Amino acid sequence: MARIGVFICHCGENISATVDCPKVSEVAAKFPGVAFSTDYKYMCSDPGQSLVVNAIKEHKLTGIVVSACSPRMHEPTFRRACAEGGLNPYQCEMANIREHCSWVHEKGDKTDQKAIDIVRMMVEKVKRNNALLPIKVPVTKTALVIGGGVAGIQAALDIANAGHKVIMVERDPSIGGHMSQLSETFPTLDCSQCILTPRMVEVAQNPNIKLYTYAEIESVEGFVGNFNVKIRKKAKSVDETLCNGCGMCTTKCPNKKNPNEFELGMGNRPAIYVPFPQAVPNIPVIDKTQCTYYKNGKCKICEKVCQPKAIRFDQEDEIIEVAVGAIALCTGFDIKKTDFFPEYGYGKYKDIIDGLQFERLASASGPTSGEIRRPSDGQVPKKIVFVACAGSRDPAKGIEYCSKICCMYTAKHAILYKHKVHDGQAYIFYMDIRAAGKNYDEFTRRAIEEDQAQYIRGRVSRIYERDGKLIVVGADTLMNAQTVEIEADMVVLATAGVANKGAEELAQKLHVSYDQHKFFSEAHPKLKPVETNTAGIYLAGACQSPKDIPESVAAASGVAGKIACLFANSELTREPLIAMVDRQAPPMYSSCTGCFLCQPVCPYNAIEREEVKDRNGNLVRELAFINPGLCQGCGTCVAVCKSKSIDIEGYTNLQMYAEVDALLNS
Amino acid sequence: MKLGFYPGCSLEGASREYNESVMAIAEKIGIELVSIPDWNCCGATAAHNLNKELSLSLPARNLALAEEAGLTELVVPCAACYSRFTMVQHELMHDEPLHKRVNEIIGKEYKGNLRILNVIQFIDEYVIDKLDENVKFEFNKKVACYYGCLLVRPNKVLKFDRTEDPQTMDIVMKKLGADAIDWAYKTECCGAGFSVSFTEAVARLSGNIVEDAVHRGAEAIIVACPMCHSNLDMRRKEIDKFNGKKSDIPVIYITQAIGVALGIDHKKLGLQRHFVPVNLKDFKPFVKKEIDVEKPQNMEVE
Repeated sequence: MARIGVFICHCGENISATVDCPKVSEVAAKFPGVAFSTDYKYMCSDPGQSLVVNAIKEHKLTGIVVSACSPRMHEPTFRRACAEGGLNPYQCEMANIREHCSWVHEKGDKTDQKAIDIVRMMVEKVKRNNALLPIKVPVTKTALVIGGGVAGIQAALDIANAGHKVIMVERDPSIGGHMSQLSETFPTLDCSQCILTPRMVEVAQNPNIKLYTYAEIESVEGFVGNFNVKIRKKAKSVDETLCNGCGMCTTKCPNKKNPNEFELGMGNRPAIYVPFPQAVPNIPVIDKTQCTYYKNGKCKICEKVCQPKAIRFDQEDEIIEVAVGAIALCTGFDIKKTDFFPEYGYGKYKDIIDGLQFERLASASGPTSGEIRRPSDGQVPKKIVFVACAGSRDPAKGIEYCSKICCMYTAKHAILYKHKVHDGQAYIFYMDIRAAGKNYDEFTRRAIEEDQAQYIRGRVSRIYERDGKLIVVGADTLMNAQTVEIEADMVVLATAGVANKGAEELAQKLHVSYDQHKFFSEAHPKLKPVETNTAGIYLAGACQSPKDIPESVAAASGVAGKIACLFANSELTREPLIAMVDRQAPPMYSSCTGCFLCQPVCPYNAIEREEVKDRNGNLVRELAFINPGLCQGCGTCVAVCKSKSIDIEGYTNLQMYAEVDALLNS
Repeated sequence: MKLGFYPGCSLEGASREYNESVMAIAEKIGIELVSIPDWNCCGATAAHNLNKELSLSLPARNLALAEEAGLTELVVPCAACYSRFTMVQHELMHDEPLHKRVNEIIGKEYKGNLRILNVIQFIDEYVIDKLDENVKFEFNKKVACYYGCLLVRPNKVLKFDRTEDPQTMDIVMKKLGADAIDWAYKTECCGAGFSVSFTEAVARLSGNIVEDAVHRGAEAIIVACPMCHSNLDMRRKEIDKFNGKKSDIPVIYITQAIGVALGIDHKKLGLQRHFVPVNLKDFKPFVKKEIDVEKPQNMEVE
């Protein structure tokens, strides 16, 4: 005989201001099977929980209904209290009379009645609850870091230094990401490569880190602690074990006029190349779309000059399978190109460049060796215009958000420009100067006060070319919206930061959610900023939203901390709320007919075939079996099962019908 | 081939030569343009500033009449008429109560099945492919194609060409052998709304357009809108005063340019009707050339 306890929480005034809690308690006390009912101001508080524990013991309760907030909020709390009272923790149910009732209705009899109905449903459900045991799963103490930019590097090093194995996968031939392309960094103006490249080398040399460059994620299966990942290692056409990085092949390659991705098209590279001199690993790859041999079947000069005989024209993509316990997503971002802007000439003017291109012009290792020279004719621009918020904060362009880094790097660009072109003048069109951060505002003041950058508050409506000059037409909103026309030699657009190429596909492979701009979503914007809503998968850096270097690094260390915590456990506990197929004694064995319609609908590939054999080992029947390690308890199989042989533990058909019954018979 | 045609007031008045040249090239390539029977004013400039229902009902009646006449496509050469027609169609198709109300007012049922084309869309769809076989003279001049404000805007309604740097007329002119220059004032305002009320503004705005075209060496400005034409042509005295120098660059309709290339008599195209005389001579016989004209991708945000 069930003895159920009902505990009505006031949630301060969140519930009691709308719902008559004592009345609900009084009515609930009369439900069949309810042995105890009470109400209290804060049920989740320490005295509130004691009240629950004591009532279970005193009244010999067999199950409890806590009528309070959403189970997402406090179900774990009350399950613990339930266990402390001596019951199985799964004999606890939450009746949500806050989000589902008091917050959404006016005070009144109908609202009270709804609260009563919700409690009645859960009382009927909890009567049918089974005692469940949590599932224990092992943890593979290896982390996968996807993306080798500054965030990925930081996460990998921190995890490796905590003593765990790390596998890093980078899509490009070298790690380093966008940070390796930058000239100097704000607000200290220290050289980006000088601070990054030692970290890149550390990654390559750390015995705990296995690095796969020129590789992409093919598929991800499994769950927290136990992911199985297939990595596609793209053919570099070079044997990495033999190549010594001498650079003979790249020097002798006759096909040198290919746009250099690292220089954003402002320079050329050979068909066999390392992206930049400090690349890690320092091993070239052959670009098959450009290599003369792959196109015409003739050349092979690189093979002839390669002393260690490392060139492999017949090398094929390799699929590597790895088992990992946690995944860090650090795939970074991209920026809009100048061709995104109709009003600035659809990218047709060579001397309108984006911020990343300016970084390369200002970089000592860039195409101009650090001299600011415009792409069209190599002249030093004497008047330069920077356009902040190019695309950002502009609903008409489909990008409502602030790209966050542009205010600071534009100030940096103006400073660098003045340091390199003393008689030059920089103009900056801006909407607001957003310089929140340690020493950030001081930095923008420095651009204005020491380096004479002319800040003009207003937007640029059009840029066109006339007699070799770029005419920038904008408004000065602090001067009565007067039209401003500047005859510039070069224009730099601080274009919007956007999600990286392939972000959406990757998110779908990993089952992590992403927002309308294809940035990956965190599990909670404040309290779970580095977790995704898939357990065991974390995110750091600008794949989440535009971020600067310090923020990306901080998030990456956060991820490493989270993963180290996860790996501190020898096994993980999972909720036992998973699907189960009916099992009975012979000769029935099961009500499952073995149709296996459930198999293709399962999103987690958790359904297997189980052979039932008699004593002589003869096959009697084939039944569906659900792998408890893979099942996520989504219930899709329950819905398609024709013979009603599958149930979700904790949400059985019996429990659901009891709830509906209770509602209809109220 | 039969297409609907809406002349509107300007093509029967100040821009007769536009009407004449559209009709002349249509005839030459074998397209019959049928006027909407009993058409009325489109309401441009005045109605949409005064009365919303009136501004919707005037074009809607024309569109309903066209549907009644069994027309499926309608050519509307005047950019203002065209803008009103497409906007009304868009608005009514996205607002059912409003659609019903307008049907009540006009006492007809406008279904919204009509395709509305401006002159450059008409050329793009029906004329451009027939040029090679029909063109007699090469339009061997440097030209500045001027689109103005209404022909390709708003992009989310028209979904045609590029708002800031349209190409359709440039492609046509290049096909005819012209050198269509890249210039800055392709889509800048000519001051159309102030053509009568505030001519100083027109002189300044149109002055910039004429100045840039002349500065870049254009020998003619090619237009497809009666307001653009009258501002750049009729107000030339004020424009020259504003620019402080005399200019003799003619302003001709795209249909006139095509007509010249097709070998149609200049009088039939109305070339003699302009304020700035059109003295284009020395057209060479047309030789078909392969030219590199790739249609630009529409890159506007939906």
